[in-house]
Amino acid sequence: MIINDDKLPDLPPPPSTVGVIGWLRTNLFSSWLNSLLTVIVGYLLVINLVPLIDWAFLTSDWIGETREDCTSGGACWVFISVRLDQFIYGFYPEELYWRINTMYVIGVILITALIIESTPKKPLIAAFTLIIFPIIAFYLLYGGAFGLEVVETHKWGGLTLTLVLACVGIVASLPFGVLLALGRRSEMPIVRSLCTAFIEVWRGVPLISVLFMASVMLPLFVSGETHMDKLVRALIGITMFQSAYMAEVIRGGLQAIPKGQYEAAMALGLNYWKSMGLIILPQALKLMIPGIVNTFIALFKDTSLVLIIGLFDLLAIVQAALSDPKWLGYSVEGYVFVAFVFWVFCFGMSRYSQGLEKKLHTGHGAR
Amino acid sequence: MKKLASIAAMSALAMGLSSGAQAADETLGAVKGKGFVQCGVSTGLPGFSNPDAKGNWEGLDVDVCRAVAAAVLGDASKVKYIPLTAKERFTALQSGEIDVLSRNTTWTQTRDTKLGLNFAGVNYYDGQGFMVSKELGVKSALELDGAAVCIQSGTTTELNLSDYFRQHKMAYTPVVFDTSDQTVKGFEAGRCDVLTSDQSQLYALRIKLANPDGAMVLPEVISKEPLGPVVRQGDDQWFNIVKWSLNAMINAEELGLTSANIDKMKDGNNPGVKRLVGKEGPKGEGLGLSDDWAYNIVKQVGNYGEAFERNVGTGSPLNISRGNNALWSKGGFLYAPPMR
Repeated sequence: MIINDDKLPDLPPPPSTVGVIGWLRTNLFSSWLNSLLTVIVGYLLVINLVPLIDWAFLTSDWIGETREDCTSGGACWVFISVRLDQFIYGFYPEELYWRINTMYVIGVILITALIIESTPKKPLIAAFTLIIFPIIAFYLLYGGAFGLEVVETHKWGGLTLTLVLACVGIVASLPFGVLLALGRRSEMPIVRSLCTAFIEVWRGVPLISVLFMASVMLPLFVSGETHMDKLVRALIGITMFQSAYMAEVIRGGLQAIPKGQYEAAMALGLNYWKSMGLIILPQALKLMIPGIVNTFIALFKDTSLVLIIGLFDLLAIVQAALSDPKWLGYSVEGYVFVAFVFWVFCFGMSRYSQGLEKKLHTGHGAR
Repeated sequence: MKKLASIAAMSALAMGLSSGAQAADETLGAVKGKGFVQCGVSTGLPGFSNPDAKGNWEGLDVDVCRAVAAAVLGDASKVKYIPLTAKERFTALQSGEIDVLSRNTTWTQTRDTKLGLNFAGVNYYDGQGFMVSKELGVKSALELDGAAVCIQSGTTTELNLSDYFRQHKMAYTPVVFDTSDQTVKGFEAGRCDVLTSDQSQLYALRIKLANPDGAMVLPEVISKEPLGPVVRQGDDQWFNIVKWSLNAMINAEELGLTSANIDKMKDGNNPGVKRLVGKEGPKGEGLGLSDDWAYNIVKQVGNYGEAFERNVGTGSPLNISRGNNALWSKGGFLYAPPMR
């Protein structure tokens, strides 16, 4: 009698459950309803995507100088390429573009250094980015010192202005938001009611009316002599508005920290600011990353509302370009371009925040 | 929004008058001190004020700003352009953010009398008109009985249209859109037979059509929209300067003076030309300007006809005909008082 202890080798799975066919069967055609939906969605995709790709790439024009160069019938990207400088730098004097470029280069280097994990002396770089870099950026953009010619803010525009608005809004609203959130949870009645009132008032009005007030009403209330720059007014409005939103996101994070953490901090003999700074906020901020980034992305897109007060952010400058008699009628190309740029930045922020969440995930909480 | 604007204006009157009145007589001095004219323009209106590919502002309204700068400072390029939305424009002028508003603003009684502003003249006679497809074979707006009309919602255009059709006992079906781009697409897709808007806009909209030559603008104009530069009330000297800068451009066209020939013609015997270039007559004294103020305007900006053709007329893709904006001697409305 022969006994074979060796197991027979496993038979391969039926061909209909592996590979492309298997994937299709389990994911797209698992039941008649799903099959039907797949076919319908697939049909819709094909009939819409094919003309879109054809319009945007296959029959589009990329090179040229005037609208006469757009002959293929598809998208006329010449409109974008001719005015790309204007879309990026606004009305900034052409011979001074290097100042904006320098700022971009420094900014990109700093941010890359902060994103790469193995960079040494990260806290130092972070402090430099948050404190010194804005000063450098200000003098590069505005000038007025170190022999740099002054470029007034009404000449700023395009992507540069969008980034200035978004970065200032983001960087300034976070600390204000933290303070407001702490204030709202404070046990001191005056601080608490002031913070609550501030948050509720600013959160209760639309950003568009804040900007409108800042640009139309404010100049009427102050005398003609004390002129505050329109951009500064808009920046203050945006920062106030975003701080209120940020405060509520942060308050949500603070409330998610178990009471035991507060008590443990007190038991260690830490005072209020130390317990907040060392124990509570680091944990809370980590929990709040999705909420904070959500607010940042919303803010980034909200910056284009400044077009109602005559500031030329990316969207507004594309719209202004559309009013050039020589280029009338290319609104689709213009808006597609704006949407694409906004998407790149928002998607970038979103990916970075997901990376940050993974890195900081230390196993606490419900996950 | 209109209400809001008038509230803003009233509060300006109530509290800003003191500061406004102080600043009143000083606009000329302030402009000379700063070295540039602050001019309020639109955020982009084809042919009137729009940035070109290099970011320089150009247009018929922009040329008024340049003319004022040429008259006051002798250099048409010394203008600081402040782009303004329709809602901000009057506040910006009242609060002193700009010295002159040249942003296709319609001259109306309310604006002239209640907002603390003065209209310094008319640099474009606009009015609501109609655009039809040439295939329709219509030659006059009176043949439009029963037509479907594309309009942009929430504008006075809608009211003018209904007035016009009721007055002529004609029926029409309104097809309302939100933005001018949508209106054009609707017209192109055949949702309506006629598109109505201000005439200056119709020509810009026409270019957006796939086949601009297939559409034509009808001759009828059914509303009055005189557009012109605006200044603060109470500073008569500055008001005069802006008014006569525009008049100088119109008079120069009447005299046949252009930026190209003025250097040759100024030494001729024509007394009108001599007065304009400041060799005789009132010169610049009454305005507080140098004697060659009008010469600078014509030399650097050109006469009105040049500005018109360059920005909205045959020299531009808009191709608007002079029509009402021709000189009085050629069947239009342009009539500037004599410079003597």
